[in-house]
Amino acid sequence: MAQQRSTAAHQRTQTAWLFLTPMLAALLFIAAWPLLRTIAFSFTDANLSDLSTWKFVGITNYSYLFEDPLWWRAVGNTLLFTFISVSLETALGMVIALTLDTHLPGRGLLRAAVLIPWAIPTVVSAKMWGWMLHDLYGVVNFLLLSVGLIDRPWAWLADPSLSMAAIIMVDVWKATPFMALLILAALQALPLEIYEAARVDGIHPVKVFLYVTLPLIRPALLVAVIFRGLDALRVFDIIYVLTGNNENTATMSVYARQQLVDFQDIGFGSAAATSLFVIVAIMAMIVITLGRVNISLGGGER
Amino acid sequence: MISRIIGRIGFYGLLGVLLFYAVFPFYWAVVSSLKSGSAIFRVELLPSSPSLENYRALFAEQSFARNILNSLIVASSATLISLLLAMTAAYALGRIRFRGRSAVLFAVLSISMFPQIAVLSGLFELIRYFGLYNTLIGLVFSYLILTLPFTTWVLTVFMREMPRELEEAAVMDGASPLHILTQVFLPLMGPALAATGLIAFILAWNEFLFALTFTLSSEQRTVPVAIALITGASAYELPWGRVMAASVTVTVPLIVLVLILQRHIVAGLIAGAVKG
Repeated sequence: MAQQRSTAAHQRTQTAWLFLTPMLAALLFIAAWPLLRTIAFSFTDANLSDLSTWKFVGITNYSYLFEDPLWWRAVGNTLLFTFISVSLETALGMVIALTLDTHLPGRGLLRAAVLIPWAIPTVVSAKMWGWMLHDLYGVVNFLLLSVGLIDRPWAWLADPSLSMAAIIMVDVWKATPFMALLILAALQALPLEIYEAARVDGIHPVKVFLYVTLPLIRPALLVAVIFRGLDALRVFDIIYVLTGNNENTATMSVYARQQLVDFQDIGFGSAAATSLFVIVAIMAMIVITLGRVNISLGGGER
Repeated sequence: MISRIIGRIGFYGLLGVLLFYAVFPFYWAVVSSLKSGSAIFRVELLPSSPSLENYRALFAEQSFARNILNSLIVASSATLISLLLAMTAAYALGRIRFRGRSAVLFAVLSISMFPQIAVLSGLFELIRYFGLYNTLIGLVFSYLILTLPFTTWVLTVFMREMPRELEEAAVMDGASPLHILTQVFLPLMGPALAATGLIAFILAWNEFLFALTFTLSSEQRTVPVAIALITGASAYELPWGRVMAASVTVTVPLIVLVLILQRHIVAGLIAGAVKG
């Protein structure tokens, strides 16, 4: 009987791998292989115009990369962008989620409305905001001037001290809904009894939020923040469309693409891309270890 | 009592500001797209003489209809291929306990967090090697890196939630795994497939970096690249009215889709987020 059961289990395992093969083969081909090739290219002097002739140059690309102040500028821009936009998105997302969690009339409509910025292409949202932030004809300058908040038009996307702030504002507009939805899902999974008890005891809502709600949704919140953070570290579209390759706002992805495509320097650009990959991987490991996030699909009872 | 009223006013005030911040850009895009000629440079909350000239120019003077068709072809092909491959994988990952299952799930999740730029030069080489540069097939191929890990992950979550009794009865009858998958689970996975497919479609539809890098001619461009690269008579003079018309054209169908299917989308997004 035990023999029979283990044969059945063995067969199930075989079936599992058989069923996984097409998906794994596809991922190997389109993700793992290109990643390995990128890493390999980063030790060569390959050029985009002819990828077949190259020679091994060791770590030359990396030593040039780490001496390039523009690269470090891009690293700084990326970290600044990630930290500020994810913080703002989490805070605003929390406000929106708490609002949607109350019994407000028309909240179904609101929930649909917050999905829309998430659904439209980043390029479209960047263009819409690019036009609104236009220094001469933009409606943002017009509104701020007419209420007297500024005394002359601001060059939102050209002024080095403003452009990153403008980009973050657009990203917050685009990505907050996603955070709000994830937080809302966590809130709606909480048992109502606790809140009933807190209300009967007359505890102030702010205290309830800080000492009951926040600890309970912490795991879900952490996961949302990690995902959003890793997504922000590789940001490309919004920055490329709003400010192009401008060094004041260029992130690591923008820097790497400029080297790869505009300067056709596959070797050097791959070194930059590989560095970004390593940074993202290290960040992911740090937050997963520190936050003790359990990245698994729950238990394996089945 | 008074502090409560002030709190209420503050709350609704904040809500109003948030709603304005969320909705105004759409409103402004629509208004701007209806202004032709020099009217676009005047700030008017309602266009004094609305015209559809920008929309006419968008379709008549450039290949925007072609770009929309390209995006539809690429996004739906990538979605269908992903769903097909992910469905069998999800059966293995969601219904069978075996050694290496967590490792596979972890690999799938890791790939979905790859910075796209990290595979750009490797993919470029691959696409050129197969002669797929500047073709839609090349794009479909590269988009699988976005859609396949996502669909696999989400369908696995949905698959795990199916009742065990369903499968046990079929196993008793001696049904093969393929039979169980196609005859027992597939008919029940309709809503899950719709939700997952829709989000995968939106992911592929919105993609920019690969589409920008792997296409060259305007006939092969997808919508995001076409919009990003609309240029005017000179580099300093963007035809903003036309850019806004293009933005509105691709946003309206998405809004309709989202409003109709919001429940499914939310379910899919939440299944896609890892459980903590």
